[in-house]
Amino acid sequence: MPTNDITLTVNGERHDLSLDTRTSLLDALRERLDLTGAKKGCDHGQCGACTVLLDGRRVNSCLVLAVAHDGAEITTIEGLAEPDGELHPLQTAFVEHDAFQCGYCTPGQICSAVGMLAEAAAGWPSVVTEDLVADATDPAALSDGEIRERMSGNLCRCGAYAHIVPAIADVAGRR
Amino acid sequence: MRPFAYERAEEAAGAIATLTDGAPGAMYLGGGTNLVDLMKLGVAAPDLLVDVSHLPHDRVEQLPDGGLRIGAAVLNSTLAADRTVRERYPVLSQALLAGASGQLRNLATVGGNLLQRTRCAYFMDVSKPCNKRVPGSGCPAREGDHRNHAIIGHSEACVATHPSDMAVALVALGATVEVRGAAGARTIPLPGLHRLPGDAPERDTVLDPGDLITAVVLPPSAPGAVSRYRKIRDRASYAFAVVSIAALLELDEDGAVREARIAFGGLAHAPWRALVAEEELRGLPATAESFGRAADAELAQARPLRDNGFKVPLARNLTVRTLGELAAQAERRSGR
Repeated sequence: MPTNDITLTVNGERHDLSLDTRTSLLDALRERLDLTGAKKGCDHGQCGACTVLLDGRRVNSCLVLAVAHDGAEITTIEGLAEPDGELHPLQTAFVEHDAFQCGYCTPGQICSAVGMLAEAAAGWPSVVTEDLVADATDPAALSDGEIRERMSGNLCRCGAYAHIVPAIADVAGRR
Repeated sequence: MRPFAYERAEEAAGAIATLTDGAPGAMYLGGGTNLVDLMKLGVAAPDLLVDVSHLPHDRVEQLPDGGLRIGAAVLNSTLAADRTVRERYPVLSQALLAGASGQLRNLATVGGNLLQRTRCAYFMDVSKPCNKRVPGSGCPAREGDHRNHAIIGHSEACVATHPSDMAVALVALGATVEVRGAAGARTIPLPGLHRLPGDAPERDTVLDPGDLITAVVLPPSAPGAVSRYRKIRDRASYAFAVVSIAALLELDEDGAVREARIAFGGLAHAPWRALVAEEELRGLPATAESFGRAADAELAQARPLRDNGFKVPLARNLTVRTLGELAAQAERRSGR
Protein backbone atom coordinates (compact mmCIF):
# COMPACT_ATOMS: atom_id res chain seq x y z
CA MET A 1 0.00 0.00 0.00
CA PRO A 2 1.85 3.17 -1.11
CA THR A 3 2.24 5.71 1.67
CA ASN A 4 3.72 9.20 1.64
CA ASP A 5 5.07 11.29 4.51
CA ILE A 6 3.66 14.79 4.68
CA THR A 7 3.35 17.71 7.05
CA LEU A 8 0.11 19.57 7.57
CA THR A 9 -0.39 22.61 9.77
CA VAL A 10 -3.94 22.40 11.06
CA ASN A 11 -5.39 25.24 13.10
CA GLY A 12 -1.85 26.41 13.78
CA GLU A 13 -0.54 23.04 14.95
CA ARG A 14 2.02 21.11 12.93
CA HIS A 15 1.43 17.42 12.26
CA ASP A 16 3.80 14.96 10.60
CA LEU A 17 1.77 12.20 9.00
CA SER A 18 2.47 9.02 7.08
CA LEU A 19 -0.57 8.49 4.92
CA ASP A 20 -1.91 5.94 2.46
CA THR A 21 -1.91 7.94 -0.77
CA ARG A 22 -5.69 7.36 -1.07
CA THR A 23 -6.45 9.34 2.11
CA SER A 24 -8.61 12.37 1.51
CA LEU A 25 -7.86 15.50 3.49
CA LEU A 26 -11.25 14.97 5.15
CA ASP A 27 -10.32 11.47 6.32
CA ALA A 28 -6.89 12.66 7.48
CA LEU A 29 -8.57 15.34 9.61
CA ARG A 30 -11.27 13.10 11.00
CA GLU A 31 -9.58 9.72 11.34
CA ARG A 32 -5.96 10.66 12.06
CA LEU A 33 -6.21 14.02 13.81
CA ASP A 34 -9.56 13.44 15.55
CA LEU A 35 -10.91 16.71 14.16
CA THR A 36 -14.44 15.56 13.48
CA GLY A 37 -15.96 18.99 12.91
CA ALA A 38 -15.70 18.75 9.13
CA LYS A 39 -18.40 16.27 8.12
CA LYS A 40 -18.58 13.53 5.52
CA GLY A 41 -21.85 14.04 3.69
CA CYS A 42 -21.78 12.89 0.09
CA ASP A 43 -17.98 12.32 -0.13
CA HIS A 44 -18.23 13.46 -3.79
CA GLY A 45 -17.93 17.24 -3.59
CA GLN A 46 -21.63 17.82 -4.00
CA CYS A 47 -22.83 18.81 -0.51
CA GLY A 48 -20.15 21.04 1.06
CA ALA A 49 -20.36 19.48 4.54
CA CYS A 50 -16.59 18.80 4.43
CA THR A 51 -15.62 22.41 3.62
CA VAL A 52 -12.38 23.62 5.24
CA LEU A 53 -9.93 26.41 4.43
CA LEU A 54 -6.84 25.14 2.56
CA ASP A 55 -4.12 27.78 2.42
CA GLY A 56 -6.86 30.32 3.04
CA ARG A 57 -9.29 29.15 0.36
CA ARG A 58 -12.47 27.21 1.00
CA VAL A 59 -12.41 23.73 -0.55
CA ASN A 60 -14.23 20.40 -0.41
CA SER A 61 -11.80 18.36 1.72
CA CYS A 62 -13.38 15.09 0.53
CA LEU A 63 -11.99 15.61 -2.99
CA VAL A 64 -8.53 16.69 -1.85
CA LEU A 65 -5.84 14.01 -1.70
CA ALA A 66 -3.93 14.84 1.49
CA VAL A 67 -0.58 13.73 0.02
CA ALA A 68 -0.95 16.34 -2.73
CA HIS A 69 -0.87 19.14 -0.14
CA ASP A 70 2.35 18.54 1.78
CA GLY A 71 3.15 21.71 3.72
CA ALA A 72 -0.35 23.16 3.52
CA GLU A 73 -2.06 25.22 6.19
CA ILE A 74 -5.58 24.18 7.02
CA THR A 75 -8.25 25.79 9.13
CA THR A 76 -11.23 23.74 10.24
CA ILE A 77 -14.30 24.70 12.24
CA GLU A 78 -12.34 23.77 15.40
CA GLY A 79 -9.82 26.51 14.60
CA LEU A 80 -12.18 29.44 14.12
CA ALA A 81 -12.84 30.39 17.74
CA GLU A 82 -10.33 32.43 19.72
CA PRO A 83 -7.99 30.50 22.06
CA ASP A 84 -10.02 31.82 25.02
CA GLY A 85 -13.12 30.17 23.57
CA GLU A 86 -14.73 33.29 22.16
CA LEU A 87 -16.65 32.18 19.09
CA HIS A 88 -15.96 33.44 15.57
CA PRO A 89 -18.58 36.05 14.58
CA LEU A 90 -20.09 33.61 12.07
CA GLN A 91 -20.46 30.95 14.77
CA THR A 92 -22.19 33.49 17.00
CA ALA A 93 -24.43 34.64 14.16
CA PHE A 94 -25.48 31.05 13.33
CA VAL A 95 -26.47 30.55 16.97
CA GLU A 96 -28.27 33.89 17.24
CA HIS A 97 -30.15 33.39 13.98
CA ASP A 98 -30.97 29.73 14.68
CA ALA A 99 -29.35 28.99 11.33
CA PHE A 100 -29.47 25.20 11.60
CA GLN A 101 -31.68 22.35 12.60
CA CYS A 102 -29.71 19.09 12.78
CA GLY A 103 -26.37 20.88 12.53
CA TYR A 104 -24.66 18.37 10.25
CA CYS A 105 -23.98 20.86 7.46
CA THR A 106 -23.16 23.71 9.84
CA PRO A 107 -19.35 23.38 10.17
CA GLY A 108 -19.12 23.32 6.36
CA GLN A 109 -21.55 26.23 6.05
CA ILE A 110 -19.54 28.34 8.47
CA CYS A 111 -16.12 27.53 6.98
CA SER A 112 -17.54 28.19 3.53
CA ALA A 113 -18.97 31.53 4.67
CA VAL A 114 -15.57 32.54 6.10
CA GLY A 115 -13.96 31.81 2.73
CA MET A 116 -16.80 33.41 0.80
CA LEU A 117 -16.65 36.71 2.72
CA ALA A 118 -12.89 36.84 2.13
CA GLU A 119 -13.50 36.31 -1.60
CA ALA A 120 -16.04 39.14 -1.63
CA ALA A 121 -13.63 41.39 0.27
CA ALA A 122 -11.00 40.62 -2.39
CA GLY A 123 -13.44 41.92 -5.01
CA TRP A 124 -14.32 38.58 -6.60
CA PRO A 125 -17.55 38.70 -8.61
CA SER A 126 -20.15 35.93 -8.77
CA VAL A 127 -22.27 34.82 -11.70
CA VAL A 128 -25.13 37.03 -10.47
CA THR A 129 -22.93 40.12 -10.14
CA GLU A 130 -24.35 42.74 -12.50
CA ASP A 131 -21.14 44.63 -13.17
CA LEU A 132 -18.18 42.28 -13.54
CA VAL A 133 -15.70 45.11 -13.83
CA ALA A 134 -16.58 47.05 -10.70
CA ASP A 135 -15.04 45.50 -7.63
CA ALA A 136 -17.52 44.17 -5.11
CA THR A 137 -15.06 45.09 -2.38
CA ASP A 138 -17.67 45.61 0.27
CA PRO A 139 -19.07 42.35 1.65
CA ALA A 140 -21.73 44.46 3.34
CA ALA A 141 -23.12 45.22 -0.11
CA LEU A 142 -23.83 41.55 -0.86
CA SER A 143 -27.51 41.06 -1.60
CA ASP A 144 -29.36 37.96 -0.45
CA GLY A 145 -29.14 36.75 -4.04
CA GLU A 146 -25.36 37.15 -4.01
CA ILE A 147 -25.07 35.28 -0.72
CA ARG A 148 -27.26 32.44 -1.98
CA GLU A 149 -25.28 32.12 -5.21
CA ARG A 150 -21.90 32.25 -3.48
CA MET A 151 -23.02 29.70 -0.87
CA SER A 152 -24.63 27.30 -3.37
CA GLY A 153 -21.91 24.71 -2.78
CA ASN A 154 -23.32 24.06 0.70
CA LEU A 155 -26.53 22.08 0.92
CA CYS A 156 -28.76 21.99 4.00
CA ARG A 157 -31.21 19.10 3.98
CA CYS A 158 -33.13 20.64 6.88
CA GLY A 159 -33.71 23.66 4.70
CA ALA A 160 -32.34 26.20 7.17
CA TYR A 161 -31.39 28.54 4.34
CA ALA A 162 -33.95 31.12 5.46
CA HIS A 163 -31.85 31.67 8.60
CA ILE A 164 -28.41 30.92 7.14
CA VAL A 165 -28.61 33.82 4.67
CA PRO A 166 -29.45 36.44 7.35
CA ALA A 167 -26.77 35.03 9.67
CA ILE A 168 -24.14 35.52 6.98
CA ALA A 169 -25.54 38.92 5.97
CA ASP A 170 -25.34 39.96 9.62
CA VAL A 171 -21.62 39.23 9.76
CA ALA A 172 -21.05 40.77 6.34
CA GLY A 173 -22.22 43.99 7.96
CA ARG A 174 -25.74 44.30 6.64
CA ARG A 175 -28.86 43.92 8.76
CA MET B 1 -10.21 2.87 -4.41
CA ARG B 2 -7.29 1.03 -5.98
CA PRO B 3 -3.92 1.79 -4.37
CA PHE B 4 -1.73 4.16 -6.36
CA ALA B 5 1.61 5.89 -6.07
CA TYR B 6 1.80 9.68 -5.95
CA GLU B 7 4.56 11.91 -7.33
CA ARG B 8 4.74 15.68 -7.34
CA ALA B 9 6.16 16.75 -10.73
CA GLU B 10 8.94 19.31 -10.35
CA GLU B 11 9.31 20.01 -14.06
CA ALA B 12 7.16 19.30 -17.10
CA ALA B 13 9.65 17.26 -19.12
CA GLY B 14 10.01 14.60 -16.44
CA ALA B 15 6.26 14.33 -15.98
CA ILE B 16 5.72 13.98 -19.71
CA ALA B 17 8.43 11.34 -19.98
CA THR B 18 6.85 9.36 -17.13
CA LEU B 19 3.44 9.30 -18.78
CA THR B 20 4.77 8.71 -22.28
CA ASP B 21 7.08 5.79 -21.54
CA GLY B 22 6.20 2.65 -19.77
CA ALA B 23 3.57 3.86 -17.33
CA PRO B 24 0.25 3.02 -18.97
CA GLY B 25 -1.57 3.29 -15.65
CA ALA B 26 -0.23 6.77 -14.90
CA MET B 27 -2.38 9.88 -15.02
CA TYR B 28 -1.81 13.57 -14.45
CA LEU B 29 -3.42 15.10 -11.37
CA GLY B 30 -4.52 18.73 -11.36
CA GLY B 31 -7.00 19.95 -8.75
CA GLY B 32 -8.52 16.48 -8.59
CA THR B 33 -12.15 17.61 -8.36
CA ASN B 34 -13.19 15.27 -11.17
CA LEU B 35 -10.41 12.66 -11.15
CA VAL B 36 -10.53 11.92 -7.40
CA ASP B 37 -14.30 11.55 -7.66
CA LEU B 38 -13.93 9.13 -10.59
CA MET B 39 -11.32 7.16 -8.61
CA LYS B 40 -13.75 6.83 -5.69
CA LEU B 41 -16.36 5.54 -8.13
CA GLY B 42 -13.94 3.09 -9.73
CA VAL B 43 -14.34 4.77 -13.12
CA ALA B 44 -10.68 5.80 -13.05
CA ALA B 45 -8.10 3.47 -11.50
CA PRO B 46 -4.61 4.87 -12.10
CA ASP B 47 -1.65 3.17 -10.46
CA LEU B 48 0.42 6.36 -10.51
CA LEU B 49 -0.67 9.99 -10.16
CA VAL B 50 1.78 12.60 -11.40
CA ASP B 51 0.73 15.88 -9.78
CA VAL B 52 1.21 18.70 -12.29
CA SER B 53 -0.57 21.35 -10.24
CA HIS B 54 2.71 22.66 -8.80
CA LEU B 55 4.42 23.19 -12.17
CA PRO B 56 5.13 26.84 -12.99
CA HIS B 57 2.05 27.08 -15.20
CA ASP B 58 0.22 29.22 -12.68
CA ARG B 59 0.35 32.68 -14.21
CA VAL B 60 -1.92 34.84 -16.35
CA GLU B 61 0.34 36.82 -18.70
CA GLN B 62 -0.38 39.71 -21.05
CA LEU B 63 1.02 38.99 -24.51
CA PRO B 64 2.66 41.61 -26.76
CA ASP B 65 -0.14 41.26 -29.34
CA GLY B 66 -2.77 42.13 -26.74
CA GLY B 67 -3.77 38.53 -26.07
CA LEU B 68 -3.55 36.62 -22.84
CA ARG B 69 -1.71 33.42 -21.91
CA ILE B 70 -3.34 31.50 -19.09
CA GLY B 71 -1.24 28.82 -17.40
CA ALA B 72 -2.88 25.40 -17.20
CA ALA B 73 -2.47 25.28 -13.42
CA VAL B 74 -4.28 28.59 -12.83
CA LEU B 75 -7.26 27.96 -10.58
CA ASN B 76 -10.74 28.51 -11.99
CA SER B 77 -11.55 30.97 -9.20
CA THR B 78 -8.36 32.97 -9.79
CA LEU B 79 -9.06 33.22 -13.51
CA ALA B 80 -12.70 34.23 -13.03
CA ALA B 81 -11.61 37.09 -10.77
CA ASP B 82 -8.69 38.18 -12.96
CA ARG B 83 -8.98 41.88 -13.71
CA THR B 84 -8.05 41.57 -17.39
CA VAL B 85 -10.41 38.66 -17.98
CA ARG B 86 -13.30 40.53 -16.37
CA GLU B 87 -12.64 43.64 -18.46
CA ARG B 88 -11.75 42.15 -21.84
CA TYR B 89 -13.20 38.63 -21.82
CA PRO B 90 -16.32 38.84 -19.63
CA VAL B 91 -17.78 35.76 -21.33
CA LEU B 92 -14.94 33.69 -19.86
CA SER B 93 -15.32 35.08 -16.35
CA GLN B 94 -19.09 34.45 -16.48
CA ALA B 95 -18.66 30.90 -17.79
CA LEU B 96 -16.21 30.05 -15.00
CA LEU B 97 -18.48 31.55 -12.36
CA ALA B 98 -21.45 29.61 -13.78
CA GLY B 99 -19.61 26.34 -13.20
CA ALA B 100 -19.47 24.18 -10.06
CA SER B 101 -19.31 25.87 -6.63
CA GLY B 102 -17.02 28.33 -4.90
CA GLN B 103 -15.21 25.46 -3.17
CA LEU B 104 -14.67 23.47 -6.38
CA ARG B 105 -13.49 26.52 -8.34
CA ASN B 106 -10.83 27.01 -5.65
CA LEU B 107 -9.38 23.58 -6.50
CA ALA B 108 -10.08 23.12 -10.21
CA THR B 109 -7.39 24.08 -12.72
CA VAL B 110 -7.77 25.38 -16.26
CA GLY B 111 -6.13 22.28 -17.76
CA GLY B 112 -8.24 19.96 -15.66
CA ASN B 113 -11.43 21.82 -16.51
CA LEU B 114 -10.78 21.19 -20.22
CA LEU B 115 -10.12 17.50 -19.58
CA GLN B 116 -13.00 16.74 -17.21
CA ARG B 117 -15.13 13.76 -18.18
CA THR B 118 -18.82 13.64 -18.96
CA ARG B 119 -21.26 13.36 -16.06
CA CYS B 120 -23.45 10.83 -17.95
CA ALA B 121 -24.91 8.65 -15.18
CA TYR B 122 -24.04 5.44 -17.05
CA PHE B 123 -20.42 6.52 -17.50
CA MET B 124 -20.20 7.24 -13.75
CA ASP B 125 -21.71 3.85 -12.75
CA VAL B 126 -19.33 0.92 -13.17
CA SER B 127 -22.19 -1.57 -12.87
CA LYS B 128 -23.62 -0.33 -16.19
CA PRO B 129 -22.37 -0.75 -19.74
CA CYS B 130 -20.80 2.34 -21.30
CA ASN B 131 -18.86 2.57 -24.55
CA LYS B 132 -16.86 5.51 -23.22
CA ARG B 133 -15.72 3.62 -20.11
CA VAL B 134 -15.59 0.09 -21.58
CA PRO B 135 -15.42 0.29 -25.39
CA GLY B 136 -17.89 -2.06 -27.04
CA SER B 137 -20.01 -2.62 -23.93
CA GLY B 138 -22.99 -0.62 -25.20
CA CYS B 139 -24.80 2.63 -24.49
CA PRO B 140 -27.80 2.42 -22.16
CA ALA B 141 -28.34 6.16 -22.42
CA ARG B 142 -29.54 5.92 -26.00
CA GLU B 143 -32.76 4.20 -24.84
CA GLY B 144 -32.52 5.08 -21.15
CA ASP B 145 -32.12 8.27 -19.15
CA HIS B 146 -30.95 10.80 -21.71
CA ARG B 147 -32.94 13.92 -20.95
CA ASN B 148 -29.71 15.85 -20.47
CA HIS B 149 -27.72 14.21 -23.26
CA ALA B 150 -26.60 15.35 -26.70
CA ILE B 151 -28.86 16.45 -29.53
CA ILE B 152 -26.18 17.16 -32.08
CA GLY B 153 -23.01 15.43 -33.28
CA HIS B 154 -23.72 12.23 -31.33
CA SER B 155 -23.20 8.69 -32.56
CA GLU B 156 -24.66 5.22 -32.15
CA ALA B 157 -21.88 4.57 -29.65
CA CYS B 158 -22.29 7.61 -27.40
CA VAL B 159 -24.74 10.41 -26.69
CA ALA B 160 -22.86 12.04 -23.79
CA THR B 161 -22.25 15.78 -23.48
CA HIS B 162 -19.13 17.66 -22.46
CA PRO B 163 -19.76 19.23 -19.05
CA SER B 164 -17.43 22.26 -19.06
CA ASP B 165 -18.76 25.81 -19.06
CA MET B 166 -15.28 27.34 -19.40
CA ALA B 167 -14.53 25.39 -22.57
CA VAL B 168 -17.65 26.77 -24.25
CA ALA B 169 -16.45 30.32 -23.65
CA LEU B 170 -12.94 29.45 -24.84
CA VAL B 171 -14.37 28.05 -28.09
CA ALA B 172 -16.37 31.22 -28.73
CA LEU B 173 -13.28 33.31 -27.98
CA GLY B 174 -11.18 31.36 -30.50
CA ALA B 175 -8.66 30.29 -27.87
CA THR B 176 -5.67 28.06 -28.57
CA VAL B 177 -4.46 25.29 -26.29
CA GLU B 178 -0.71 24.86 -25.80
CA VAL B 179 0.35 21.25 -25.38
CA ARG B 180 3.68 19.61 -24.65
CA GLY B 181 4.23 15.97 -25.48
CA ALA B 182 6.93 13.47 -26.25
CA ALA B 183 7.47 15.07 -29.68
CA GLY B 184 7.73 18.61 -28.29
CA ALA B 185 5.32 21.52 -28.06
CA ARG B 186 2.34 22.18 -30.30
CA THR B 187 -0.80 24.29 -30.34
CA ILE B 188 -4.38 23.17 -30.85
CA PRO B 189 -6.88 25.85 -31.89
CA LEU B 190 -10.28 25.30 -30.26
CA PRO B 191 -12.66 23.65 -30.83
CA GLY B 192 -10.07 21.16 -32.12
CA LEU B 193 -9.20 19.71 -28.71
CA HIS B 194 -12.44 17.86 -28.04
CA ARG B 195 -13.67 15.09 -30.34
CA LEU B 196 -17.11 14.07 -31.40
CA PRO B 197 -17.71 10.48 -30.25
CA GLY B 198 -17.96 8.65 -33.57
CA ASP B 199 -17.02 5.03 -33.02
CA ALA B 200 -14.35 5.86 -30.40
CA PRO B 201 -16.17 7.61 -27.54
CA GLU B 202 -13.47 6.47 -25.12
CA ARG B 203 -11.37 9.28 -26.56
CA ASP B 204 -12.67 12.65 -25.35
CA THR B 205 -9.87 14.64 -26.97
CA VAL B 206 -7.20 14.47 -29.65
CA LEU B 207 -4.43 14.32 -27.02
CA ASP B 208 -1.96 11.41 -27.07
CA PRO B 209 -0.65 9.61 -23.99
CA GLY B 210 1.76 11.89 -22.14
CA ASP B 211 0.45 15.09 -23.72
CA LEU B 212 0.30 17.83 -21.09
CA ILE B 213 -1.75 20.99 -21.50
CA THR B 214 0.52 23.83 -20.38
CA ALA B 215 -1.52 26.94 -21.25
CA VAL B 216 -4.52 28.42 -23.00
CA VAL B 217 -3.93 31.48 -25.18
CA LEU B 218 -6.67 34.03 -25.87
CA PRO B 219 -6.42 36.22 -28.97
CA PRO B 220 -6.67 39.99 -28.49
CA SER B 221 -10.24 41.02 -27.74
CA ALA B 222 -11.99 42.96 -30.52
CA PRO B 223 -12.55 46.48 -29.13
CA GLY B 224 -16.07 46.72 -30.57
CA ALA B 225 -17.27 43.28 -29.51
CA VAL B 226 -19.49 42.53 -26.53
CA SER B 227 -19.77 39.07 -25.01
CA ARG B 228 -21.62 37.05 -22.42
CA TYR B 229 -22.33 33.55 -21.15
CA ARG B 230 -25.82 32.32 -20.38
CA LYS B 231 -26.59 28.98 -18.79
CA ILE B 232 -29.90 27.17 -18.42
CA ARG B 233 -29.94 24.56 -15.68
CA ASP B 234 -32.43 22.65 -13.57
CA ARG B 235 -31.75 24.68 -10.43
CA ALA B 236 -30.60 28.26 -9.93
CA SER B 237 -26.99 27.39 -9.16
CA TYR B 238 -24.47 24.56 -8.85
CA ALA B 239 -25.74 22.33 -11.65
CA PHE B 240 -24.48 21.35 -15.07
CA ALA B 241 -25.92 23.08 -18.10
CA VAL B 242 -29.03 21.77 -19.80
CA VAL B 243 -28.13 24.24 -22.55
CA SER B 244 -25.63 27.07 -22.39
CA ILE B 245 -24.34 29.67 -24.82
CA ALA B 246 -21.20 31.74 -25.10
CA ALA B 247 -21.64 34.57 -27.57
CA LEU B 248 -19.62 37.49 -28.89
CA LEU B 249 -21.27 40.12 -31.05
CA GLU B 250 -19.90 43.01 -33.03
CA LEU B 251 -22.20 45.38 -34.94
CA ASP B 252 -21.30 47.71 -37.83
CA GLU B 253 -22.14 51.42 -38.11
CA ASP B 254 -25.64 50.61 -39.38
CA GLY B 255 -26.44 48.29 -36.50
CA ALA B 256 -26.07 45.16 -38.62
CA VAL B 257 -24.04 42.15 -37.52
CA ARG B 258 -20.39 42.52 -38.46
CA GLU B 259 -19.38 39.36 -36.69
CA ALA B 260 -20.99 36.92 -34.30
CA ARG B 261 -19.21 34.06 -32.56
CA ILE B 262 -21.39 31.50 -30.87
CA ALA B 263 -20.72 28.27 -28.99
CA PHE B 264 -23.16 26.00 -27.17
CA GLY B 265 -22.72 23.81 -24.11
CA GLY B 266 -24.97 20.91 -23.18
CA LEU B 267 -25.75 20.00 -26.77
CA ALA B 268 -22.85 17.79 -27.84
CA HIS B 269 -19.88 15.62 -26.91
CA ALA B 270 -17.73 18.75 -27.34
CA PRO B 271 -18.40 22.46 -26.99
CA TRP B 272 -20.38 23.18 -30.16
CA ARG B 273 -19.20 26.08 -32.31
CA ALA B 274 -22.26 27.36 -34.21
CA LEU B 275 -20.57 28.11 -37.53
CA VAL B 276 -23.80 27.86 -39.52
CA ALA B 277 -25.51 30.44 -37.33
CA GLU B 278 -22.47 32.72 -37.41
CA GLU B 279 -22.38 32.66 -41.22
CA GLU B 280 -26.13 33.20 -41.44
CA LEU B 281 -25.94 36.27 -39.21
CA ARG B 282 -23.21 38.13 -41.05
CA GLY B 283 -24.64 41.40 -42.38
CA LEU B 284 -28.16 40.84 -41.06
CA PRO B 285 -29.88 43.50 -38.95
CA ALA B 286 -29.41 42.76 -35.24
CA THR B 287 -33.02 41.81 -34.59
CA ALA B 288 -34.78 38.95 -32.83
CA GLU B 289 -35.94 37.73 -36.24
CA SER B 290 -32.36 37.47 -37.53
CA PHE B 291 -31.18 35.76 -34.38
CA GLY B 292 -34.03 33.25 -34.57
CA ARG B 293 -33.32 32.51 -38.21
CA ALA B 294 -29.64 31.89 -37.47
CA ALA B 295 -30.46 29.61 -34.54
CA ASP B 296 -32.91 27.65 -36.70
CA ALA B 297 -30.27 27.20 -39.39
CA GLU B 298 -27.78 25.85 -36.85
CA LEU B 299 -30.26 23.62 -35.08
CA ALA B 300 -31.50 22.08 -38.33
CA GLN B 301 -28.64 19.62 -37.75
CA ALA B 302 -30.05 18.53 -34.39
CA ARG B 303 -31.11 14.90 -33.99
CA PRO B 304 -32.76 14.85 -30.57
CA LEU B 305 -33.26 11.62 -28.66
CA ARG B 306 -36.66 10.48 -27.33
CA ASP B 307 -36.62 12.68 -24.22
CA ASN B 308 -34.49 15.70 -25.07
CA GLY B 309 -36.21 17.34 -28.01
CA PHE B 310 -36.99 20.25 -25.68
CA LYS B 311 -33.35 21.31 -26.00
CA VAL B 312 -33.95 22.48 -29.57
CA PRO B 313 -36.39 25.30 -28.75
CA LEU B 314 -34.50 25.96 -25.52
CA ALA B 315 -31.26 26.53 -27.44
CA ARG B 316 -33.11 28.65 -29.99
CA ASN B 317 -34.73 30.85 -27.36
CA LEU B 318 -31.48 31.16 -25.44
CA THR B 319 -29.75 32.30 -28.62
CA VAL B 320 -32.40 34.93 -29.41
CA ARG B 321 -32.39 36.24 -25.86
CA THR B 322 -28.61 36.33 -25.43
CA LEU B 323 -27.88 37.93 -28.81
CA GLY B 324 -30.69 40.39 -28.17
CA GLU B 325 -29.09 41.40 -24.88
CA LEU B 326 -25.72 41.72 -26.57
CA ALA B 327 -27.16 43.83 -29.39
CA ALA B 328 -28.72 46.18 -26.85
CA GLN B 329 -25.42 46.36 -25.00
CA ALA B 330 -23.54 47.09 -28.24
CA GLU B 331 -26.04 49.82 -29.13
CA ARG B 332 -25.66 51.42 -25.73
CA ARG B 333 -21.91 51.28 -25.99
CA SER B 334 -21.89 52.92 -29.42
CA GLY B 335 -24.27 55.60 -28.17
CA ARG B 336 -26.79 55.06 -30.94
